[in-house]
Amino acid sequence: MLARSSLESRQTVCRRCAFSKARAASAAVGLLALVAFMQLAKAAEPARNYSAVTDARLVSPEPRNWLMYRRTYDSWGYSPLDKINARNVQELVPVWSASTGTTEGHQSPPIVNDGTMFITTPFNQVLAYDAASGELLWRYQRRMPPDIRMGHPTNRGVALLGDKLYMATSDAKVVALDARTGRVVWDKAVEDYNGGYYMTMAPLAARGKIMVGVSGGERGIRGFVVALDAETGSEVWKTYTIPGPGEPGHESWPGDSWKTGGGPVWVTGSFDPALGLTYWGTGNPGPWTGDRRPGDNLYTSSVLALDVETGKLRGYHQYHWNDSWDWDEVSAPLLIDVQRDGRTVHGLVHPARDGYLWFLERAESGISFVAAKPYVTQNVFTSIDPKTGRPSYDESHKPAVGKSAKYCPSLWGGKDWPPAAYSPKTGLLYIPANENLCSEMEGDDTEYRRGQQFTAAQTNDFTVAAGATHIGELQAWNVKTRERAWTHEYASPNWGPVLATGGGIVFEGGTSDRYFHAFDAATGKQLWQYRTNSGITGVPTTFEVGGVQYVAVQSGWGVDAQGMLGRIDKARGTDTVVPQGGVIWVFALHSR
Amino acid sequence: MLRACCALAVARALGARADEPAAEPPPEAVAPPQPGDVLVYALGARTNQPIALADVAAGAKQITAFPMDPKTRRVRDGTRLNQLIVVRIAASLLSEETRSRAADGVVAYSGVCTHTGCDVTDWVAPAQHLKCPCHESEYDPGDAARVVSGPAPWQLAALPLKIVDGVLAVAAPFVGKVGFAQPGSPSGE
Repeated sequence: MLARSSLESRQTVCRRCAFSKARAASAAVGLLALVAFMQLAKAAEPARNYSAVTDARLVSPEPRNWLMYRRTYDSWGYSPLDKINARNVQELVPVWSASTGTTEGHQSPPIVNDGTMFITTPFNQVLAYDAASGELLWRYQRRMPPDIRMGHPTNRGVALLGDKLYMATSDAKVVALDARTGRVVWDKAVEDYNGGYYMTMAPLAARGKIMVGVSGGERGIRGFVVALDAETGSEVWKTYTIPGPGEPGHESWPGDSWKTGGGPVWVTGSFDPALGLTYWGTGNPGPWTGDRRPGDNLYTSSVLALDVETGKLRGYHQYHWNDSWDWDEVSAPLLIDVQRDGRTVHGLVHPARDGYLWFLERAESGISFVAAKPYVTQNVFTSIDPKTGRPSYDESHKPAVGKSAKYCPSLWGGKDWPPAAYSPKTGLLYIPANENLCSEMEGDDTEYRRGQQFTAAQTNDFTVAAGATHIGELQAWNVKTRERAWTHEYASPNWGPVLATGGGIVFEGGTSDRYFHAFDAATGKQLWQYRTNSGITGVPTTFEVGGVQYVAVQSGWGVDAQGMLGRIDKARGTDTVVPQGGVIWVFALHSR
Repeated sequence: MLRACCALAVARALGARADEPAAEPPPEAVAPPQPGDVLVYALGARTNQPIALADVAAGAKQITAFPMDPKTRRVRDGTRLNQLIVVRIAASLLSEETRSRAADGVVAYSGVCTHTGCDVTDWVAPAQHLKCPCHESEYDPGDAARVVSGPAPWQLAALPLKIVDGVLAVAAPFVGKVGFAQPGSPSGE
């Protein structure tokens, strides 16, 4: 029953290889006479069809499918499907579920291509299901090297291209699997995990390339984005987020600090096919306090525009210079165009970890600043230069070596990695935010040790604002007017990635009470909720199979959501228990 | 000052450049600590020098160490699973079990956190606890490194010690499992 494939016996367990069985049968067919072939051909067809994923499909996906991390290259997290809507969402019921068999933070979206669903889990497992029935098609498991430091046991999903799927791994490799069988096609290291590098993001697939960034901003890495050939895994281009000697921006790093300066990239980039530019958010510089590396520290806590063909840096905007708060800006900006003053502004919109909502403009020539305003309490920026967008700081809220400083929002920011969503129907941007939290940090003189934690800082205190009645928020902002439209408050912190739909619904989990929520996208009125097995930090998606619309999400609390909750409990003297364990949930209307 | 020290540390720690694959370490460098091995400093100015009992101050932050074969003088630093942490605890704070493994109050444990495999590099001085910076698991080195708080599922593996010619040496192999559990991964060949 449990057939191990001979090629990858250590890594792949193939439970029901419907596709490979069908292929073997298909070969046998070739030996038979033509008439027999004609008769048998139907029976010998693969048990499941798999629709090859083309560039054209990625640029313009069918409404029924969810083919990449945020469904579309503009990172909207929006599906036009509208059979589930404000009138009937109360009828939503679970139609199938499945245990992932693992713990820790389940963050990946159920990616669906014409009825086949792929999810990833912590420890780099991939599970393929029949999206409508829940039948398990295959399972890929990966054994981690025993000496690995698994700082963030999570994975944010697969990319699809052709008949393959791609996953970035905790041991800093990219693995390509046959989407029909789960068999390994290639497995390439992009860096050495012993040097502090690891990967958690869903790759970005475009123009025959698989693009990934590396994590390790807390371990003295030098961040980069690398593009691999989708067929072979060989490197096409590699662009460091920290410029080397002789490159512009290198002067923003003193001495050798650039070699271990961080600037990781750990969330999938956006892509503008018309410009041929990919947009990547970069993480914090290291060590954590800026006095260890005086200067702007380009291009950390920034957005980079990289040419999809060459990796060449074509523009950037640094949200905040000389970061000293662990404010990664890894979420890629949403590409949202608005009409203003009689012209189309091709926008980049980023609800930042630094607590500001940034509006930028993208063009072939680069990235320019438009506007920024705080969306949560922020006590570090004293002003923003109206031309450049460069913030000025209140130094009393900037920690340094031997100088403890308190700042808001906390080191997890106004919004961490959970992606925001945008609905073109409402014109609203939906931000999963955390309010009322502040950190206190103090730097120290810890030396770099290869692969080890290199934050060189202690987080001394973590505080909840006095009298705060809530922490988590789901905020809706009008992108055109740059005004907030509505806010839903949660008592719990919110780590819920957001899904917006053409049915006028916004879905997210994110709270420690284990609920999956649905809101009216226009008004913010809560319309439905369902209590799952664990806390939800997974990206919800929606898709259609056989005329039925489904909504799917993974529930499985862990990593930073759990870490923040522990800090809040410590500050409040409470004990919030959210047991771990991953389950994929799939919902549909009762009356389907 | 800081810059100079760090640059040196970087150069030393990096050794080969990242784009040059490192040579496979010899078997004796990855073998687990053997009885009779001498403990040497893993970091700092005295790297690879034996740790003298007199140099381990009671209640001070942990020293990071590796075992060394005293005959060949080969340091077993070919795997970070051999990375050790050494502290000295007042006799009154030692449990019976830990006292049996201690050498004059000095105890050694695996330096790899049992939660997700990070390095246990922090020290909580008031409580005399070992702490992992990744997810804040705390261990009590006076009591078999049992988990005091945080997500770590079990204690750090203990390495019984003895004193040979005034320096720390291994008395017996690791007690307990080195490294961390990988939930959901295949459970054996």
